[in-house]
Amino acid sequence: MPLPTPSQTVGPFYGYALPFPGGGEIAGAHRPDAITLHGLVYDGAGRPVPDALLETWQAHPDGSLTGRPGSLRRDPVTGGFAGRGTTDFTGFARVATDAAGHWEVRTLPPPPQRPYLSICVFARGLLHHLFTRAYLDPAPHDPLLAAVPAPRRPTLLTTREDDHTYRFDIRLQGEGETVFLDFGA
Amino acid sequence: MTAAPPVRPASPAPADPVEPEEPTQARISAEIAAAHRAAADPEEAAAGHPPRAFAPYRSSALRHPRQPLVAAGGDPEAVERGGPVFGVTDVTDLDADLTAQHLGEPIGERITVTGQVLDRAGRPVTGQLVEIWQANAAGRYAHRRDRHPAPLDPHFTGVGRCLTDAEGRYRFTTVRPGAYPWRNHTNAWRPAHIHFSLFGTAFAQRLVTQMYFPGDPLFPYDPILQSVTDPAARSRLVAAYDHDLSTPEWALGYRWDIVLDGPAATPPDPEDPR
Ligand SMILES: [Fe+2]
Repeated sequence: MPLPTPSQTVGPFYGYALPFPGGGEIAGAHRPDAITLHGLVYDGAGRPVPDALLETWQAHPDGSLTGRPGSLRRDPVTGGFAGRGTTDFTGFARVATDAAGHWEVRTLPPPPQRPYLSICVFARGLLHHLFTRAYLDPAPHDPLLAAVPAPRRPTLLTTREDDHTYRFDIRLQGEGETVFLDFGA
Repeated sequence: MTAAPPVRPASPAPADPVEPEEPTQARISAEIAAAHRAAADPEEAAAGHPPRAFAPYRSSALRHPRQPLVAAGGDPEAVERGGPVFGVTDVTDLDADLTAQHLGEPIGERITVTGQVLDRAGRPVTGQLVEIWQANAAGRYAHRRDRHPAPLDPHFTGVGRCLTDAEGRYRFTTVRPGAYPWRNHTNAWRPAHIHFSLFGTAFAQRLVTQMYFPGDPLFPYDPILQSVTDPAARSRLVAAYDHDLSTPEWALGYRWDIVLDGPAATPPDPEDPR
C-alpha cells in the first residue's frame, strides 16, 4: 500500500489560485431559508488571522451527502467565473479571511441528522490543515460531541445571532482553543 | 438584515512583535537537526505529515493547537466521509496550461508536470479537482503581497486547474518556478516548488502540499520541507525527472504521484434511497 504524500503549508500566496468569486455563496439566490455562518479566526496571541483559508462541506437540507459539481462554475468565453447555478447546491464553500480575520458563508441549514458544517482550516504557518465542525442545533447524543470533554464542547457550537445568522469563531491556539478533529487513516 | 455587526477588534491587529535578532541560518539549521532527532514516534514520522508545531518554521509558533486532536474517524455517517465533487463546468481547457493564459508566452524553462492521484489503498482518484500555484521563473508570485524584487512576468499568473482522468492522472504545462527569499530568518530561501491542492472522494482526504524539484541544493536549509522529519517521507515531496516525458524541442518532463491520506468515501448504502 502506498504511503501518503506529506502535507505542506498553503503559504501566503494562494490568492490567485484558491479563492473564487462567490466561494462562500452556497445557498444560491432567492433562498429565504438561507443562513449566514460567520466568525473570526484567532492565533495563539489572540490576534485575528488575516490570511487563513477556510473550506466548508455539509449535507443538503434533505439529508443527502452527494454534493454536486459547479462550485467554481466557469465562463468558457472569458475563462473567468460564471457564478454558481441557483439550483445546484454543491455543499462546498471556500473563503479567505479578510484583513480583520473575518469570514462568512451563506448556505442552507444542514439537516438534523448531520447538523453541522465541516470546516477545514488552512493558513500560512499551519503545516497541516485542521478540521473542525460548526454545529448549529445538535442532538443531545451527537456521537462526536459526546467524545469531546465537556469543557471544550462549546468550541464546536455556533452562537445564534438571529433567525438566519450564526457565529463561529476559530481559535487556533491557547485559551478557548477550538477542538480540532482527526479522521484517521 | 437586522443582525448586529460582528464583534471586530476596535483597532487593527498589532504587528508581529519585533524579535531582538533575526535568527541566522545556522541557528535555524541547528533547530531543524534537533527537531529531526527529537521526532520520537517513528510510526507517526513515517506517515509523513509534519508536526504542526515546528519551531524552525517561525510562523507556526502561534498557529498550531496545543491540545491533542479529537479522534472522529469512527462514524461512517460523518459528512467528512463524503466530499465535494467537481466537474466539467468547474475547469476550462486552458486551465492546465499555465503558459497559454496570456497574450504572450512566459519566460522560463517550459516543463510538463504529471502524475497519478491515489488513495491509501492505491486506488486512483478519478474526476477530482487538482489545483496548483507557483512563482514565476524569477521566483516572484503575481500576488501583490510578494515584495521580492524580482521581475513580474506579464504573461504568467502561475495558477492552474484540472480534473484527474479515469486513471487518476493530472497533467500541467508550466514553467519551472524560481527559488525565492522569505522572512523566516536571515538569508532564508525557499527551494523551487509548486503548490498543489487535492481532493479525494472524502473531505477527510483533503490535501494541500508542495512539489519540489530533484537535486535542489536548498533542501537542507528549508524549514518547510524539513518539517517533514522522516527522510523517506520528504523524498515523497520531490518529483522525478522523466526523460520519456520530455518532449523534443519543447518541454522537460517531471513525474510526481500523490497519495491522499485519510479514509476514502463511505460506499453508498444500497438500502438508502437517496
Ligand atoms: Fe510558495
